[in-house]
Amino acid sequence: MKLLSTKATCNSHGQDSSYFLGWEEYEKNPYDEVHNPKGIIQMGLAENQLCFDLLESWLEKNPDAAGFKRDGKSIFRELALFQDYHGMPAFKKAIVDFMAEIRGNKVTFDPNHIVLTAGSTSANETLMFCLAEQGDAFLLPTPYYPGFDRDLKWRTGVEIVPIQCNSSNNFQVTEAALQQAYEEAQKRNLKVKGVLVTNPSNPLGTTMSRGELNLLVDFIKEHGDMHLISDEIYSGTVFSSPGFVSVMEVLKERNELKVSSNEDDNNADRVWDRVHVVYSLSKDLGLPGFRVGAIYSENDDVVSAATKMSSFGLVSSQTQYLLSAMLGDKKFTKLYITENEKRLKRRQRMLVSGLQKAGIGCLESNAGLFCWVDMRHLLSSNTFEAEMDLWKKIVYQVGLNISPGSSCHCTEPGWFRVCFANMSEQTLNLAMKRLTAFVVECTGNGGSAKRNGGLKMKSLTKWVFRLSSRRDGREQEER
Amino acid sequence: MALGNIKSTHQLLSKIATNDKHGENSPYFDGWKAYETNPFHPTKNPQGVIQMGLAENQLSFDLIEEWIRNNPKASICTPEGVDNFRHIANFQDYHGLPEFRNAVAKFMSKVRGGRVRFDPDRILMSGGATGANELIMFCLADPGDAFLVPCPYYPAFVRDLCWRTGVQLIPVQCDSSNNFMITREALEAAYNKAKAHNINVKGLLITNPSNPLGTTVDRETLKSIVRFINEKNIHFVCDEIYAATVFNTPTFVSVAEVIQEIEHCKRNLIHIIYSLSKDMGLPGFRVGLVYSYNDEVVNCGRKMSSFGLVSSQTQHFLAAMLADEEFVERFLKESAKRLRLRHEYFTKGLEKVNITCLPSNAGLFCWMNLRGLLKKHTFEGEMVLWRMIVNEVKLNVSPGSAFNCSEPGWFRVCFANMDHETVEVALKRIRAFVGKEIGVERKRWKSNLRLSFSTRRFDETVIMSPHMMSPHSPLVRATT
Repeated sequence: MKLLSTKATCNSHGQDSSYFLGWEEYEKNPYDEVHNPKGIIQMGLAENQLCFDLLESWLEKNPDAAGFKRDGKSIFRELALFQDYHGMPAFKKAIVDFMAEIRGNKVTFDPNHIVLTAGSTSANETLMFCLAEQGDAFLLPTPYYPGFDRDLKWRTGVEIVPIQCNSSNNFQVTEAALQQAYEEAQKRNLKVKGVLVTNPSNPLGTTMSRGELNLLVDFIKEHGDMHLISDEIYSGTVFSSPGFVSVMEVLKERNELKVSSNEDDNNADRVWDRVHVVYSLSKDLGLPGFRVGAIYSENDDVVSAATKMSSFGLVSSQTQYLLSAMLGDKKFTKLYITENEKRLKRRQRMLVSGLQKAGIGCLESNAGLFCWVDMRHLLSSNTFEAEMDLWKKIVYQVGLNISPGSSCHCTEPGWFRVCFANMSEQTLNLAMKRLTAFVVECTGNGGSAKRNGGLKMKSLTKWVFRLSSRRDGREQEER
Repeated sequence: MALGNIKSTHQLLSKIATNDKHGENSPYFDGWKAYETNPFHPTKNPQGVIQMGLAENQLSFDLIEEWIRNNPKASICTPEGVDNFRHIANFQDYHGLPEFRNAVAKFMSKVRGGRVRFDPDRILMSGGATGANELIMFCLADPGDAFLVPCPYYPAFVRDLCWRTGVQLIPVQCDSSNNFMITREALEAAYNKAKAHNINVKGLLITNPSNPLGTTVDRETLKSIVRFINEKNIHFVCDEIYAATVFNTPTFVSVAEVIQEIEHCKRNLIHIIYSLSKDMGLPGFRVGLVYSYNDEVVNCGRKMSSFGLVSSQTQHFLAAMLADEEFVERFLKESAKRLRLRHEYFTKGLEKVNITCLPSNAGLFCWMNLRGLLKKHTFEGEMVLWRMIVNEVKLNVSPGSAFNCSEPGWFRVCFANMDHETVEVALKRIRAFVGKEIGVERKRWKSNLRLSFSTRRFDETVIMSPHMMSPHSPLVRATT
């Protein structure tokens, strides 16, 4: 008799992928400025380590929240006993206010429609359990966060069908690609329950355009039984234009929010009960250890079912309490959001210019904790094998753990996700130095790379030119 | 553009999301509603409903609070501890903080009198024992597979073991003829019945100490169970969530001890579920743990724990507290003492009106025998009596049928989630009710073998009644 479950013995957890293997290599030989200066620099971890000082200084000024106290009185017992899956009201209010603030208060959220979960990992899995049967499918634009293979598919039995995006239009979602994905699912006899997007995108670092969002809303309107999940975990990391447009804002503009829609709308026409937002404090606030995720939905049945399921991963009450005080401090959140944005922008600029010096370009980005880097010109051939070869060189020779595009299901070889917010400036500079040295060696050495040193400068100029014209193209898509 | 069909919201969601298997639609939540709409308060609402359906341990918070005051470094928010803030806030490794796992392993060993040692690398985190039980099912069983569970059992097992996993729960019958002990015969019967129906039994899950019985499984029975699962080559999951609530002899015997004594024991079939919600009274902190002797399960379970990791802030805090050996020893001793005193006071109070409870040595509740008060010896009769107790006596207790008990007339009554004065009020009301019910008819009660206590002291610790911070779900608090 088979001893363990099928889930335990398959590898749908996706952890055999290179995304995780790179981490393992890093763990074996981690860079340390003093103790291991030749070690591997971790650039595969989308963490936001830039604003801890702001959080620490808030703690200093707010000893009550720190010490299980409210108005000087100990509330330890209440916290110790509080396991209500409806969540702490003050915390939910603080989170929805924070979410609204991030969206420039263009949309607001109802605290009664938010479900707290153990990180967005749990939020995404819970939504799958709520919306899909085993064997159903969700469409996801590629490239996408490698963890989705585990979060959406593993224990739920749900399938992911990719919406193939490519560099010809900066990886934006097109109607053709969406349609093609849908047809692919039909061919595979999979019932499509909806679309899930990450906006801002991981790994692209770009915000979705209004055009793309409207396209997606149109799509689920057309298919009246489909859902649209917008994972907006990076919404607070947007540091330059175009700004962040949430799917909720688009619904508002279309008069399709619950409050604004016509009561008489045919069930199949309305869309507000099929759009759900996922959030977390792991990226914006840099608190992945605290396991704070959330599902926001105007659909009461979804909220009800997800709330019950949240029993399997509630947020620790002491964490809820601490953060309700912190996020409830509006002066603090305003300062934090502004300063976070500033520091991320500066850091991204550092990475981009460092890469440029190495003759490497990246997708122009305005959000996230990483850049989507174009190393196609360093591939020995336009294949994923060549991408793997290059990746291994970068991990072992150059000593940088970056994430190969194939681990993100990218259809074009040669793209890599490189994180910039999880290390000091010095470390980032060192990483760029190493990369530059590697590229020089790579392209100066006639045998291994496709281009030799002489052509390098010319191709760089051509590439930069192409990039700026593409940018105009993107802006034109904004309505 | 829109399709012609009317899409009901039912079709929009999955079957799991719209079925009843979360278990929250059962009639027992009327007891909750009665409490919620009219909660007892000693001065503001002395006629209100007293909550006795909540298995919380509120007797020893003062000890923990004192420790917190003396150990500001354990918090990442205090000036003394804030140096750790960024490292902890950033730490999301599903292996868990090493110091947390080490401290938990030590704690678990202490709870078992140092008779076993636990390997920190086999400890997995999860979202409370709720998450842990679900996780172990995902690791061990496929949809349609079954686990044997002795009755009576914790009602929320239906949700935790079955809801999203698709696993079936097969009851193992136990009854009062032998104090609800698990027998080899009962296990065989349940196992064979499942086989006859072509159901694939993947394992057996027991809660030891038992909820709702409050009893521990004796060494010989436990050994017999281990032999049984070894023979059938099925898994053995022991939910030991109440391990440190043992307040009297017989001493707690963990499955971890027993496997050391059995020759050729297949250890890769043995798994322990644990939590700090009952022993330490910290359900809000969501500390669930899976301990498996099976390497593959540890490996797979660790990846699954991503869906319910313990907040690093909480890990850090508990790592410090549980590593304080002097505190732990003192806490375990004092907590057990307070539970014993509370249990004694309560059961003696019941005895005054000839109400007996199953003799118990653990847990946060008594398994009360009210069979003599049933007008009809049926589950309908039990429900009638229960509604009377909730609505007239104004006590929210849990009827045995909620725990899938095979005999009507048993009720689980919690005693550790209130202060002493409230216990007194509850006893007064019970005495009044029983007096009224029995009337002239005197029944002779068969007196069960009881543990006798030589001293009797009142518990003087001042405990708060459950303080409601928000309107909350029945299930979360009721079915613990």
